Formats: sequence, C-alpha cells, structure tokens
Amino acid sequence: MIAEAGLASLWLAAALAALQLGLAAGLGGTPGRQLSSIRAVAIGQGILTVLAFASLVLLFLRSDMSVLLVAENSHSQKPWLYKFSGTWGNHEGSMLLWVMVLALAGAILALFERRLDRRTLGATLGAQAMLALGFFAFLLFASNPFERLSPAPVDGRGLNPLLQDPGLAFHPPTLYLGYVGLSVAFSIAVGGLVRRNVGPAIARAMRPWVLAAWVMLTLGITAGSYWAYYELGWGGWWFWDPVENASLMPWLAATALLHSVNVLAARGGLRAWTMMLALVAFSMSMVGTFLVRSGILTSVHSFAVDPTRGSFILALLTIYIGGALTLFAFRIATVKEGAPFEPVSREGGLVANNLLLSVILGIVFVGTLYPLLAEALSGEKLSVGPPYFDAVASPLALLLAALMVIAPQLRWRRDAAPVLPRIAPGLVVGSGVLMATIVLAPGIGLLPRLGLTLGATLVPASLQPLLNRSLRRTPLAVWGMCLAHLGVAVSMIGMASDSAFTRERLAAARPGDKIEVGPWLVEFRDITPVAGPNWTALEAELRASRGSGVVVLNPQSRFFAEPPTTTNEAAIDTSWNGQIYAVLGEQDGEGRWQLRLWWKPFVTLIWFGGCLIALGGALALIGRFFRERRPRRRGEDAFA
Amino acid sequence: MKYRALILLLMMAGPARADSDLPPARYANEQLADPRQEKAAKALMEELRCLVCQGQSIADSDAEMAGDMRALVRQRIAAGERPDEVRDWLVQRYGDWVSYRPPVEPMTWPLWAAPILLIAAGAYLLRHRFRRRD
Repeated sequence: MIAEAGLASLWLAAALAALQLGLAAGLGGTPGRQLSSIRAVAIGQGILTVLAFASLVLLFLRSDMSVLLVAENSHSQKPWLYKFSGTWGNHEGSMLLWVMVLALAGAILALFERRLDRRTLGATLGAQAMLALGFFAFLLFASNPFERLSPAPVDGRGLNPLLQDPGLAFHPPTLYLGYVGLSVAFSIAVGGLVRRNVGPAIARAMRPWVLAAWVMLTLGITAGSYWAYYELGWGGWWFWDPVENASLMPWLAATALLHSVNVLAARGGLRAWTMMLALVAFSMSMVGTFLVRSGILTSVHSFAVDPTRGSFILALLTIYIGGALTLFAFRIATVKEGAPFEPVSREGGLVANNLLLSVILGIVFVGTLYPLLAEALSGEKLSVGPPYFDAVASPLALLLAALMVIAPQLRWRRDAAPVLPRIAPGLVVGSGVLMATIVLAPGIGLLPRLGLTLGATLVPASLQPLLNRSLRRTPLAVWGMCLAHLGVAVSMIGMASDSAFTRERLAAARPGDKIEVGPWLVEFRDITPVAGPNWTALEAELRASRGSGVVVLNPQSRFFAEPPTTTNEAAIDTSWNGQIYAVLGEQDGEGRWQLRLWWKPFVTLIWFGGCLIALGGALALIGRFFRERRPRRRGEDAFA
Repeated sequence: MKYRALILLLMMAGPARADSDLPPARYANEQLADPRQEKAAKALMEELRCLVCQGQSIADSDAEMAGDMRALVRQRIAAGERPDEVRDWLVQRYGDWVSYRPPVEPMTWPLWAAPILLIAAGAYLLRHRFRRRD
C-alpha cells in the first residue's frame, strides 16, 4: 500500500507541475491574475513530492522486500541509520530526493517570495514547474522507485559497505540541497528574461537562494572530501575524480554568481553576466547529475550504471540548457547595463573574481568531459587527471587568492587611494612565512610554498574589512564575507601543508615491531578479531608515541557478508597540529601484516576552512533576512 | 559500457583485494630504501591509473593489479630508469588511458589550449564593463 501511495503522490505531483506550467503560460487567463492559483499549485506539488519521498523512506525503514529497490539495496540486519540513508544510496532513491528538493524549493518560493512583481514571479514559477515536469517524467518512466518485486525475497542484497557510514547519511542530501537550490536562481533568471525585467529586484530575490545553495554545496563538498579521506583509506582528500568535479562545477559557478549578484543588487551592474551565471550554475548542477546518474564516467562513485537512463537525462539537459541559452540569446539585447566603473574598484575586483572563477570552471568542465569527447571522436581512450588540473587550475586559484587580499577593501565605482598601506599587514605576515619555509623547508614544491605564503597573507587581509568600523554596527553580511575569506585562507594552508609536509610509511610488520613515521614512533602490539552489527573484522592495536604523548590507534579490516566485501577502516588521531592516520592491510606470505601510516601536519585545516566558508555564508544569509525586514535606507545595500 | 558494468559488478561482488591467492609482489607495498627514488616512484604512481578500478590511481588502490604495477614502477625506478621512461613503457603497453597526465599531441591541443582560450573569451565578453580612467 505504501508503495502505491508513494507512486500515486508522484503522479499527482507531476500533474500539478503540468497544471502550474499551463497556468503560468497563460492558459486560463492572464498569468498575473492567476498568481494565487499558481502559488497554491506549486505548494501542493511540493507537499505531494515530500509525501512520495516519505513513503520511500518508510519502505526502507520497514525493510519491505516486496519493493524491488529495497530488496536490491537494503538488508533487514542493517542498523536503522543505514536503512534510512539507504533510501538515497541508489539511483532511483537519489533521483527522488533530487526531485523532492526541486519541488520543495518551488513551493517555498511560492510561499514566501514577495519582492518580485506578480508577472515575473508567475513566469519564474512556470520555469520551476517546467524543470520539475521533466524530472518527474524521468522518475515515472525511467526510474520508478516504487516498483514491486514478486515473489518478494526473504531478505535484501544489502547496501555497499563503503556507503555504510554516517558521512553518507548526510553527504548526498546536503549536496542535493545545494545542487537543486540553484534551480530557483535559474528559474528567476528565466522569469526575468521572459518578462524583460532584469534588474536589482531580480538580484535581491535570487540572492538568498544562491547563498543558501552555496552554503549547502560548500558543506556537501567539505563533508564528501572528508568522507573520501577517512573511508577510502589512502590518505587523499581530493582526486579530481569526475564525480568530485561534478560537485565542484556548480560550486564554482555559484561562487561566481554569489559575487556578481551583489554587484547587480547593490550597483545595478553586470546584469547580463549575472543572468548568464544563474543559468550556468543550475546547468552545471544538471550536468553533474547527468555525469553521476548516467554512469557515463568510470569512477569510484558510479554506483548506478545505466546508459538508457543516461540518454533520458541527456535529452532533458539539452532541452533545458539549450532552451535557457536560446532565451538568453534572444533577450540579451534588451538588457540594459548599469553604470560603468573603473578597473581599480570593488566592481573591478568582483569582475576579476568572476573571470577567474569562470575560467577555472571552464577548465574543470573541459578536463572532465574531454576524455568522453576524445573517445567519441577518435576511439582512443585517454585520462585527464590530477596532473592536468593541478598544473592548469592551481595557478589561477593562487591568482584568485592574491586578488582576495585587496579586492574586498576597494571602494565601489572608483578607488584612487593608495593600495599598499591596506595590504601591508598581509604582506608582512606572508613574507615572514615565505622566509620561514625557505629556511626551514627548502625542499618543498613551488605550489605548496606559494599556497602557504598566500594563505598566511590572506589571514590578516581577510579580516581587514572589519578594521576602522564599529564592530557592533557592522552588518552580519560583512562578518560573513570576512569569515568565508578567512576560511579560504585556512583551507589553503591546510592543503599546502598536507602536500608539503606529509610523511608516509608502508611497512610489513609483526606484533612487536616498531615503525617511525614523521615525529611518531608506532609500536604494533597486537591483532584481534572483533564483530559489529553486520560485519566482522580484524583489529590492530597500534601504540603511537611522540615525546611524552601516547595515542592508541585501532585500524580495522572489515568483512561484510551482505554483499560480501572487505573494507579498511582507517584509524585517525587528531591533535592540534595534524593527524596520524593508520590503515591495516592484508597479511603477506610470511605472516607479516601490511601497515600504512601517515603523519599529516595541519591537514584538518582543509575541512575546518571549508566549515568556516559555509559559516560565513550562513551569517550573510541570516544578515540578509534581518536586514530585509527593516525599512531600507538609501545606499545601504552595498554588501560592505 | 557492458564491459565497465562487468568490472564494477566484479568489484562490488568480490573482496576488492583478494584477486588471487598469490602473495603480493615485492615492492607492491614496500617502499624503496632511497628516499629520493621512493619520492619519484610515489609521484609517478599517483599519475598512473589503476586499470581495474573506478577512477583510482595505482598509489591509492587495494587491487592486486595496482600492487603489481606499483612493484613494477618501484623496481624500474630502483634500476635507475627515469620516471618518464617508465611512464612511456606503460603507455606503450596499456595506451594513454593508463596515464592521468594527458599527452601533448594534436588530439589534446584543445585541452591544453583551453585555459588561454577561456581567459581570452572571458576578457572579451567583459571588455565593455570598464570605464577608462580619466
């Protein structure tokens, strides 16, 4: 019954999306007059989609094996958290989650948006309904999550053990909130272009959605990176894997959009460019979804491999992205630009920021898709991986960081004051760190050295906009900006430190052996069998000492019966200045155990920085909410 | 696609590591004694694709074939070969697919030119946004 109810809700929601699109297109009267019905339909569509998703969650929690999806991806002996997160640990469930976020975003927009004029909001909700309609069709015709299985098996096949981790419970939903939150920016841009109404009001309506989606994307990417770091057991945190790139591309676009939307809201400039970015950002989300969900790329993340579904999503992509770009091309001439500005100005800095972010986005896009293109054209398979992205994107990222040192301190329109005094604190700290790395660590590579230097320069520079103003009266958005920029600095220092100072030791050891890694002396004491709820494991006892400090590490090699798989559970101990990371491998012919040990100084700063960035975004978002409830003063909107 | 799907199924069905009962080759999981050679070998291993995995380098994989390739890389580096020679030898055997560093050849010129073209295109699009300083 629950499955049928879920499926029925999904069909009804799809019907409402069609109705919403029809009303917005002017069937049944002027769209402006129909706005209250469009709103009601959008809210109904959101509620029905939530009901459909809730039904699937319930089926997973109850381990209803008569549903094909549950039988294939779950198991009654799994802990409840993984039954719950198993709902989206598969193709159909994750697409349903995706569509739910899309419909819910539409409903929230319909409920709360009061800044857009009636006709623009109508057109926006129409665009949102059109997006939803395609993805409802995809679910109903190509990925039905509620399909029954008869006869029902005694028990299910289980969830990939790699995914049985608290990290997975929250990583995809967070990322999807970000991916799909950008759909609203897309729809608002479409609405504005359709109604020939591109201006600051559009930007103000768009901004909270961009901020919220960007915060979620930042958190999702940070969490995903940490998950890969501790779960895959090889000490790496970013692989330039196509699926990682798929989440990075919308983030890059959203970061650029976040900055340009402020220029539009505050100064009325960069109109066409901002609309373009809004269209591109959600297009990147759809491209990412296509890359991940179609299984077109070979990658660690391809848990769903099905090319027929791929062509369905590809068709949707072509229609939506192609349609949006066509609309953009036809309407671009009617978009009036705001006042021009001088190169050395806040706008100038933001334009440079947008240019660099867009170029990095383009590089990631080209690098990710190039192997597919090359294979299609020549039949030859080639790989584009870390050596390409590091060589090409890192210099641009460093340039972007250098820009961040000064740009937030520039004035709008025109800045004639001398620049040097404003960046002096950063330069002092940065050159100090540069000297220190040259003297103390002459052997490290150029990129890590520059990363450490620029990161250190940015720490004081990112806080400088807070100087010379009353901190109590400083808008939350400014605090948010400073915090987010500080997060970038912290994260950069972590990345550079990890690549410059990591020590690795691989060893074949017997209990009693001692191994040195970095400042640590690790004693392999014992190996014992242990058991968990749905796995058994061998657990090593390692005693790591550094000076007087001692920590015990217990890496495990886990065996899961359903489905039969072995995973490594790394043991990680975090101290203030880094992490010691241990993995237990297999036993060799002579009875020795394979141990992998790493000492990673300050590696945690990478994710700590990511959290600071997200926190900065959240503060800015909260600040906007409070600010918009007050009557606006003239010129107050400038985001500094 | 069938082939990839099969590999994926195999990977998910069986314990990823125990491809055979043979013990891993020497240097598969053993570092070279000379830290400079080990550093060079490690840098190369991070740029070589594990051919039976889903998007992992041989430095990051538990698969037996990755272990064999690590052993081969370390042995050749220890014997005094330059990393590029080892890479070329592997590319000859397995094709460009094995190296994460795309070759520079007519087929990949657009790829390597992309950054410059993108910067030029971006600057062109934004050219009217600035006012000359007067």
